Amino acid sequence: MKLLNASGCLDALTAPEIARSLDAFVTKTVTPLPREGNAPARIAEVEHGMLNSIGLANPGIDRFLAHTLPQLGELGVPVWVSVGGFAVADYADLCDRLDDRPEVEAIELNVSCPNVDDVPASVGEIVTAARAATRKPLYTKLSPATADIGEVARAAQKAGTDGLSLVNTILGLALDERTLKPRLSRAAGGLSGPALKPIALAAVYGCYAATGLPIVGMGGISSGRDALEFVAAGAASMALGTILFSDPGAPDRVRAELASEFANLAVGEADNAIGLAHATTPAPSGTAERLAAMSVQ
Amino acid sequence: MQRELAEVTGAEQVGAYTLLRVQRGEIEPGVPGQFFMLEAPGRPLPRPMSLCLAPPDELAFLIDPIGPGTRALCTLRPGDRLAILGPLGTGYRLDVERPLLVGGGIGIAPLPYLSDTLGHPPAVLGFRSELHAEAARLVPNAEVVLEPTYVTEAIPPGHDLLACGPEPMLAAVAKLEPTAQLAWEAPMACGYGACYGCAVEIDGELRRLCVEGPVLSAGAERTGDRVLASASGRQDGSA
Repeated sequence: MKLLNASGCLDALTAPEIARSLDAFVTKTVTPLPREGNAPARIAEVEHGMLNSIGLANPGIDRFLAHTLPQLGELGVPVWVSVGGFAVADYADLCDRLDDRPEVEAIELNVSCPNVDDVPASVGEIVTAARAATRKPLYTKLSPATADIGEVARAAQKAGTDGLSLVNTILGLALDERTLKPRLSRAAGGLSGPALKPIALAAVYGCYAATGLPIVGMGGISSGRDALEFVAAGAASMALGTILFSDPGAPDRVRAELASEFANLAVGEADNAIGLAHATTPAPSGTAERLAAMSVQ
Repeated sequence: MQRELAEVTGAEQVGAYTLLRVQRGEIEPGVPGQFFMLEAPGRPLPRPMSLCLAPPDELAFLIDPIGPGTRALCTLRPGDRLAILGPLGTGYRLDVERPLLVGGGIGIAPLPYLSDTLGHPPAVLGFRSELHAEAARLVPNAEVVLEPTYVTEAIPPGHDLLACGPEPMLAAVAKLEPTAQLAWEAPMACGYGACYGCAVEIDGELRRLCVEGPVLSAGAERTGDRVLASASGRQDGSA
């Protein structure tokens, strides 16, 4: 059961000690060409979360492979590379170029960034092309902004994804309290933080039921209790995003809190808790009583 | 990189602002112009605040309550505790021969500590009202101007300028003295280079102000017309 960062929520080269406190570091999404990102203002705090509209700022795959990846390889933490494109061929090319790089443990396909204008091709097509281009483990990162995320997950599974990253942010809008104009330069931006948690949990729950694939759960996890809920919904691993901004020590803290949650749950192996929320999974003896007791503490 | 829990030792009104004092504990004050991320009670994100004063055993921050985060910080009382991360970013270069401090509004926040560090050089401070100008008492040897007079009208020639204030003021100071050291601001979620939210145009490229700044050296220029979101000089960029 791994603890990762959500893509775009940590720069391992600026804060290597935080990256090393994770089981794997996920890069900011890399695109075929360099992207400067969106104009400021790019972030806005809202009640129970924040909006971002960074716009996939990244050095592009050429510079990433030549300069960034070798440095990431020196950090001593496994590296997952998030890739994003604007056509099916982009994903195939990005995966092909990462395929023989020993620094890369896995590739995350960002098919769901809410902050770019170009409409991506269908998830199935993208995963099929990526699968043909690499033997690395592929995790497909989905948007919760879809009518039936389970169906999208099944398409990704059929196309050969090894796992799912759930979820990306969902579009939100914040207005300036004085001018009533949008606070972000592009008006709407991706909502993250505690406000995203129930949406993310529903996605994890639905995709676990639909596919049984390994899931990296993320969306508002700020405590071990939050992480436990993602595990119960079906996540085999977790990623921290917005909480890293306010608490860089969150990985160690959440890991310790989660261990304590598992101990209280008395499920034996932590993996036994995966999918516990699903009706077909029998709860371990005494679980209901323990959960009830914990909830009133 | 670890946050420290610090106990509030005082919260005093200074004109329109609040001077929040916390126990220093193990936290280093850093170089003047560096900043700290302060946990804002009940808010999802911390707020970036430059260090205002570094008396023995304390750190003090000058706060303008203009958004939910800064208002929450101003409700803190002695005995309350808050998480603090820092010092962060790049502060002022202190190897200057004839320093003159220039501040506008809440932008005077880093100047008291800077003044103490440089041996109380002269300063020119601009405010929009008498009430706001009460904060000038935190900066020794300061000449105060009130709107509609601008600080640039009161800056004597022949000095090394170290400035902090609203963006139009900084732009005017840079025009007056191209080698001035200017402390900029931008909305920031993390303060340590993780969120990419504070990108501003520096030398023609969008770069993270929390890593490159907030004090930009004379060699690094804010360029172009892609101004910061907090152009009004609001300290609480994420409001």
